[in-house]
Amino acid sequence: MFKYLKQLTSLVAMVAVLFTFTTESIAAKKSKTLKNTQKKGFVRCGVSQGLPGFSNADAAGNWTGVDVDVCRAVAAAVLGDANKVKFTPLSAKERFTALTSGEIDILSRNTTWTLSRDADIGLTFVGVNFYDGQGFMVRKSSGITSTGQFKDGISACTNIGTTTELNMRDFFNSKGIKYEPVAFEKADEVVAAYDAGRCDTYTTDKSGLAAQRTKMKNPDEHIVLPETISKEPLGPVVRQGDSVWEDIVRWSLNTMIEAEEYGITSANADMMKTSDNPAIKRLVGAEGELGAAFGLDNDWSLRIIKQVGNYGESYKRNIADTGILPDRGPNQLWTKGGILYVPPAR
Amino acid sequence: MNLKLKDIVPQLITVIAVVLIFGFFTYNAQINMENRGIDFGYGFLSQESSFDVQFSLIEYDGSHSYFRAYLVGLLNTILVSVIGIIIATILGVIVGVARLSPNYLINKFAAFYVEFFRNIPLLLQIFFWYFAALRALPLPQDAEAIFGVFFLTIKGLYVPAFIWQNFSIFFYSLVAAVIAIIVIRIHAKKVQENQGKQIPVFFISLGLIFILPLLSFLIGGVKLSFEVPVLKQLATTSFIYEGGVSLPPELIALTLSLSLYTATFIAECVRAGIQGVGKGQKEAAASIGLTPNQVLKLVIMPQALRIIIPPTTNQYLNLTKNSSLAAAIAYPDLVLVFAGTALMQTGKAIEIVSITMFTYLTLSISISILMNWYNKRIAIQEK
Repeated sequence: MFKYLKQLTSLVAMVAVLFTFTTESIAAKKSKTLKNTQKKGFVRCGVSQGLPGFSNADAAGNWTGVDVDVCRAVAAAVLGDANKVKFTPLSAKERFTALTSGEIDILSRNTTWTLSRDADIGLTFVGVNFYDGQGFMVRKSSGITSTGQFKDGISACTNIGTTTELNMRDFFNSKGIKYEPVAFEKADEVVAAYDAGRCDTYTTDKSGLAAQRTKMKNPDEHIVLPETISKEPLGPVVRQGDSVWEDIVRWSLNTMIEAEEYGITSANADMMKTSDNPAIKRLVGAEGELGAAFGLDNDWSLRIIKQVGNYGESYKRNIADTGILPDRGPNQLWTKGGILYVPPAR
Repeated sequence: MNLKLKDIVPQLITVIAVVLIFGFFTYNAQINMENRGIDFGYGFLSQESSFDVQFSLIEYDGSHSYFRAYLVGLLNTILVSVIGIIIATILGVIVGVARLSPNYLINKFAAFYVEFFRNIPLLLQIFFWYFAALRALPLPQDAEAIFGVFFLTIKGLYVPAFIWQNFSIFFYSLVAAVIAIIVIRIHAKKVQENQGKQIPVFFISLGLIFILPLLSFLIGGVKLSFEVPVLKQLATTSFIYEGGVSLPPELIALTLSLSLYTATFIAECVRAGIQGVGKGQKEAAASIGLTPNQVLKLVIMPQALRIIIPPTTNQYLNLTKNSSLAAAIAYPDLVLVFAGTALMQTGKAIEIVSITMFTYLTLSISISILMNWYNKRIAIQEK
C-alpha cells in the first residue's frame, strides 16, 4: 500500500491541477479585471452626469441610455445579471483619470475615439456605439439658420476637456470668425448659461445637443443647425493592458449590433435557439464555444440579448422613443443604409 | 551620549518612514504608468495647445504653447485674487468697524451681513451670483446705459476704454507727485519732532496728487479720450457691444462672491483687533488731549493691527485658494485652463496636478512672506 503512496499523491496532484484548469480558464486567469469583477459581483461603469438617451438617472436612481446599456450588457455576460452594475457619474474632465487609476473598469460616457486618446494616455477604445458629429444650437428667434451667418464676436458655450473645444477653434479659425469661448466643467451649467442668454450658441456633439435641448426651459425656442463640423465616433473605453477584458467589452457591444442584424430580440432570443441559421445559433449559444475564449460560459451572449436587448431595441427605448433623435441616421445597420458594421461573431 | 541617541533615533525613524512611504508611492505610480503605457514628462509644455481661452491678460490663442496657457490661467487667478483681496479688505474694515458702532441699525445690519454670508458655502454663493445675476441682467440690446457709457448686460460689463496721448508724461507726473509726498512726510515728521509744529500732510498730499497730473493735462500735452462701447448686431435677436473693455460676468460674479464671503471673516478679525486694545489705552490717549481721530490713528490702530494682521493673512490665503472654485462658472483660472482643459487634452495628470499644486503653494507662501514682513514692521519694537 505505502509503496504506491508516492504515485497516488502525484495522481491526485495532477487531477487537482487539471481541475483548476477546467474551472478557471486561462483567460480568466490572465484578466485581472474580469477576476476582480466576478469577485466583487458588479461591473464598475463610468457614465455621464446626466445626458438623456445616453446615460441619465431618473428620480429613483435608475440609469438608462445606450451608453448605460453597454455596461449592462457586460454585466449580463460576465455576472449573469444586467442590473449588477455600479454607475459612477463623471465629468468630462474626470473620466480618463477615473479609468486609468482603476476606479472604474469601463468608461461608457459619450467619449470620442481619437488617436491621441487611444495611443497616448493608457486607454483602449473598443468600438463605436454611436456615430456623432459636432454641431451648433442657436435660439430660433436669432434668425440664424446656418453657421454661415455667424459673425465676429459670437459667444459659444461648451464643456471643458472635450474634443469640442478643439473642433470649435478649428471651425471658427477656418472661417476667420472671432469668437468668445465660454467653457464650463459640467454640462448642466453649460445648458443653464446658454439658456439664460449668456451665449449666442451652444456647441457639442449633435446627439448631446438634441438630448440637452429636452432639458431647456422651452425646447421649441432652440434649433440645431444643419452643419456638422467634425467626426465624433463615440464608444466605450477600457484600460490599456487587459486584452481579455477589452475583448469582453468589445464583443458585448458587437453582440448587440449583430443580434439586431440577425433579427434576434429580447423577446424571441430563446426561440432562436432552434433556428436553421448557424450564425444565429452561435449568437444565442446553441452552437459553438464562443464564450470559452473569454473565460465565460456559452450563454453569455444570450443573456445580453435577453436582458438588455439588441442595439435597435436599445436605441428605440432610449433615443428614438424619448424624442431625442427619432431618425437613426448613420447609426443604422449597414444592411439598411447606415454605417453600423461589426465583425462576425464566430 | 545616551541622551543624544535617544533624541536622534525617533527622528531618524520618522525620516526613514517618510522617505519609504514616498518612495513606495512613487515606485507604484511608475509601475502603474508603465503598465498602462503612460509616458511621464514635461515636454508637452512646449507643444501647441490648440484650445482658446475666453479671457486673458496676455496675448494668447490656441497656436501658443501649453506653457503660455498655464501663464494665462495663473495671471487670471492672480487677477481675481488681488481684486478680491482689495475689495474684501476695504469691505471687511468697514463692516468690522460698523459692528462696533453704537448706532443700532448700522450695528445690526453689519452683524446680519457677517452671519449671513459666512454661513453659506462659498460654492453656493458663487452659483447664486452667477446664475441668479445672469438671469436678472438684461440682454445687450435691452441694457440701459449707466452714466451714458457703462453697460451691464448678461454678456458682461462693458466699460469705455481709455485712449491716451503722451501717457508717459502723465505717468511721470504721478511718480513725481508720489515722490513729493514722501519727501513732505519725512520733512513733516522732522519738523514735528524738532519744533512740535504740525504740518497738514494729508491735505498737501491730496493737493499734490491731483494738481501735478492736472498740470500734465494742461501744459504737458496729455490727452485722454474714451472709446465708448457700441451695440453691434450679430443676428436678429443677438447683440454684443464692440469697442471699450468688456469684463466677463464670470469674473464679476467670482470677484463679488469671493469678496463678500471673505470680507465677513476679515470684519471679525478687525472687530477682534479693535476690541483687543485695552479700554485704558483709549482713555489715557484722550486724557492727554488727543482728538478722537488721533486716538484711533495713533493709539488704537497701531495696537489693533498687531492682532488683526496674522488672522487676516489666513483669510488672504483662503481667498486665493478659494478662487479655484472658478471652474464651476467658466472663469478661466489656473484650475480650469491648466488643471482642466490642458490636463484633458494631454492626459498628463500627474505632471499637471503637480505643477498646479506647486503654483498654489508658491502663491500662498508669497502672500505669507509679504504679510509676515508687514506684521514684523508693525510689531512692538523692543528697545
